Amino acid sequence: MTGTASDPVVQTVAADPRGTAAAAIEAVDVTKAYGGILALDRVSFRAEPGKVTVLLGENGAGKSTLMRVLAGETAPDSGHLLREGRQMRLRSSRDARREGIALIHQELSLFPALTVAQNIFAGMEKHRFGVTNERRHGEIAADVLSRLDGRISPYRPVGELAVGQRQLVEIAKALAHDARVVIMDEPTSALSNAEVDALFKIIRELTARGVAIIYISHRMDEIFRIADQLVVMRDGRKVAEAPSTAVNMDWINENMLGSRQRAAMQELVTSRRSSAGGRDEILHVRNVSLANPDTQRLLLSDVTFALRKGEILGVYGLLGAGKTELAETVAGLRSDTTGDVLLAGTPLAATPAARIAGGIAFVPEDRRHQAIIPTASVRDNITLSCLRRMATFGVVSAQRERARVKGMIEDLSIRLASAGQSIMGLSGGNQQKAIVARALLTEPRVLVLDEPTRGIDVGAKAEMFRLMRKLADRGLAILFASSELPEILAVADRILVLSRGRVRGVFEGPDLMERNILDASADDLRD
Amino acid sequence: MTSETSSDHAPAAATRISAPSGQMALSILTRLRSLAALAIIVAIFSSLNPIYLTWDNMVIMTQHVSVTAVLAAGMTFVILTAGIDLSVGSIAALSGVVAGYVVLYGLPLGGTPVYLPTLVVILIGILCGTLVGAINGFVVAFLRIPAFITTLGMLYVARGAALLTTGGGSFIGLSGDPALGNTGFDYVGTARWFGLPVQIYVMALVGIVAAFVASRTVFGRHVYAVGGNERAAMSAGIPVRMVKVLVYAISGGCAGVAGILLASQLAAADPTAATNYELGAIAAVVLGGTSLFGGQGSVGGSIVGAFVIGFLNDGLVLTNVSEFWQMVATGLVIVIAVGVDEAQRLGGARLRARQRLRAASASTPGK
Repeated sequence: MTGTASDPVVQTVAADPRGTAAAAIEAVDVTKAYGGILALDRVSFRAEPGKVTVLLGENGAGKSTLMRVLAGETAPDSGHLLREGRQMRLRSSRDARREGIALIHQELSLFPALTVAQNIFAGMEKHRFGVTNERRHGEIAADVLSRLDGRISPYRPVGELAVGQRQLVEIAKALAHDARVVIMDEPTSALSNAEVDALFKIIRELTARGVAIIYISHRMDEIFRIADQLVVMRDGRKVAEAPSTAVNMDWINENMLGSRQRAAMQELVTSRRSSAGGRDEILHVRNVSLANPDTQRLLLSDVTFALRKGEILGVYGLLGAGKTELAETVAGLRSDTTGDVLLAGTPLAATPAARIAGGIAFVPEDRRHQAIIPTASVRDNITLSCLRRMATFGVVSAQRERARVKGMIEDLSIRLASAGQSIMGLSGGNQQKAIVARALLTEPRVLVLDEPTRGIDVGAKAEMFRLMRKLADRGLAILFASSELPEILAVADRILVLSRGRVRGVFEGPDLMERNILDASADDLRD
Repeated sequence: MTSETSSDHAPAAATRISAPSGQMALSILTRLRSLAALAIIVAIFSSLNPIYLTWDNMVIMTQHVSVTAVLAAGMTFVILTAGIDLSVGSIAALSGVVAGYVVLYGLPLGGTPVYLPTLVVILIGILCGTLVGAINGFVVAFLRIPAFITTLGMLYVARGAALLTTGGGSFIGLSGDPALGNTGFDYVGTARWFGLPVQIYVMALVGIVAAFVASRTVFGRHVYAVGGNERAAMSAGIPVRMVKVLVYAISGGCAGVAGILLASQLAAADPTAATNYELGAIAAVVLGGTSLFGGQGSVGGSIVGAFVIGFLNDGLVLTNVSEFWQMVATGLVIVIAVGVDEAQRLGGARLRARQRLRAASASTPGK
């Protein structure tokens, strides 16, 4: 969300394949603003029939907004859409479905209690006088499913299916309505390797029949397997476009990050000390593994590392690499992990209360759902984890509480009207600071931050990084999990790279380079 | 009646929108809302019947309120965690019956029954309610059965247990026997201190303690946090499941107190006592401004809510309105009071949304 209009020159590598044929779907000069932020800034985008167009970009680059515009879920502020060269107006996702456009969300939108067939026709029921034609539904569903996976019965409740099969139901839904444009938002994030292979086979069959596929993914390994055309977005703009055969990994990284963003982070990089903190190791994570209870896929596999006093250890990985699982394991929120977490040599029980008491504080990734008590005041939110320390015989001392809250508000410069105001009245950055204040009031020796800059503006991000450095200088050990490589490069003293639950390397000193990190994070490709 | 209620709330709505800051202001306003409803009820009925506003009538009505208020105080904790306790009426009956049994037959320790002093009997009754409540809490927190189902089940189980204990009838004549040293069970329900029934003191004590626990203790703050966002409370290191067990235990304990009050009044323990009282308690809590979604509300509000319902019912009795119309009126007041509150909240949200929209369309001329 940084730039104005300085560097988004759309570079097109190799000969432009766009011939005279009409694109299956095309967006022309589409702009969409949320509040004051431009999510899409005059974006033009096209997807050819029979091709897989992969959309790339960091979080917040505008990919999802573009998807929603193409699928009729969001109306653009300006610009227009073309379907096979003909202008169309989408007022709802229903309109889009009638136009043959289907969007498959990352979080699948199926009704678990309904059968596969009922799901396929949900909202588009074939009926006579309001009575649905279940037999017809079943026939069409069975026909479509037989093309995808003969083992799924149209009459089974979706709740009984595995995640990969549910994904197929979503695709069947698109096919049953004869979708000619299928948009997939990170379809493989919950799939096993075998399921991914099956999905790619189906995608190939679809393109062979002339369906246009628009595919969003963060996994570099997949992209080169499936893509025909690559489109890179950054800060709400399309910055580059090329056939996948004409470019390589470097081209992607170059365009995804952008020079301005890297320059802004450079300032912070220089503040990083080469020999961070002492050599004293405070936290040991040993042989930690964690399996997804549904798919049995390993979310974390034999993870071992140490965290030193006074350092910021970055944990980098793509979506689904296991960053959040690792952070939550250290914080005691994953009771089903194997292996040990030791603080200063002492193993701690796997509950948040035990970890906090031992000196490990945690700031979760999903602020709204996992951190904030929306019904409570800023003060009550800040002191939530340390109420016992301010209490005598279980009665909270208002005086001590006020003093600590005041100290924290000043220390972290949280901007608010009064400590008694609702936390929902604060900006995202200040909410996040309040949650960090909650963690710090437990007087931790280890602070675990999971995507601490998510959903806060650039100024607040820089402030968060300065705060992290200040805390580290005071001797706090910080575990900083992030999928934003520029940010992690800017603040981390060392970087641990995760990919598919495995540690792919720990980089420090001269090795701490973007190139090494990216290579390691996409390691699966060469496995 | 209806029009008075809503017109009285109009200024409150304006205040709330202009002062968006904070839960504190909100909770004061919601409490004022139920106090205002109470004032309106008193004003109307005292103009209809001069007896209504006499001291003696006020004392009698307050005495009537006390059982509902005690139940509502405990229920507040449960609802603050976004739970519900449908079993309090049955638990009250069971607690009264257990206490009655101990008065009549003693505790069968080692073959010979031991008769206990009244204070101990009362504590046994309250303890019984607390334990049954803790069972509710255990099932909700550890077995993860929804509170509605768990306590609906307990509504039947506890009622059945009470009926089984008495064999279907009532335990009567619970005044005790001086020879056994267990007289005085009827004292709480019948005696007066300084002209006021002891029941009113009991209600005041329960209310004050509960309000203090909710607002000033670590546990109380944990209750609000669990109701406000359970996952966040978990991440923040709060023993969420323990908090849940305790809130249902507290609710059960309050039901035990209510059961003792009821049995003591008549010196008789009726296994069908307090039937449907859980609904009155829930209504009082909701009227008092506690959100069924958890995290917001106060014990004080619930007590005021209990007064609203009690004073309304007794007022209708005094003005000779039929019992059937009383039910209709109570139902309407509950829905209207909460509806007005929701309308205010929604109105405020709509206003803010419109303002945002206007600001947004001003900045993007394209739309």
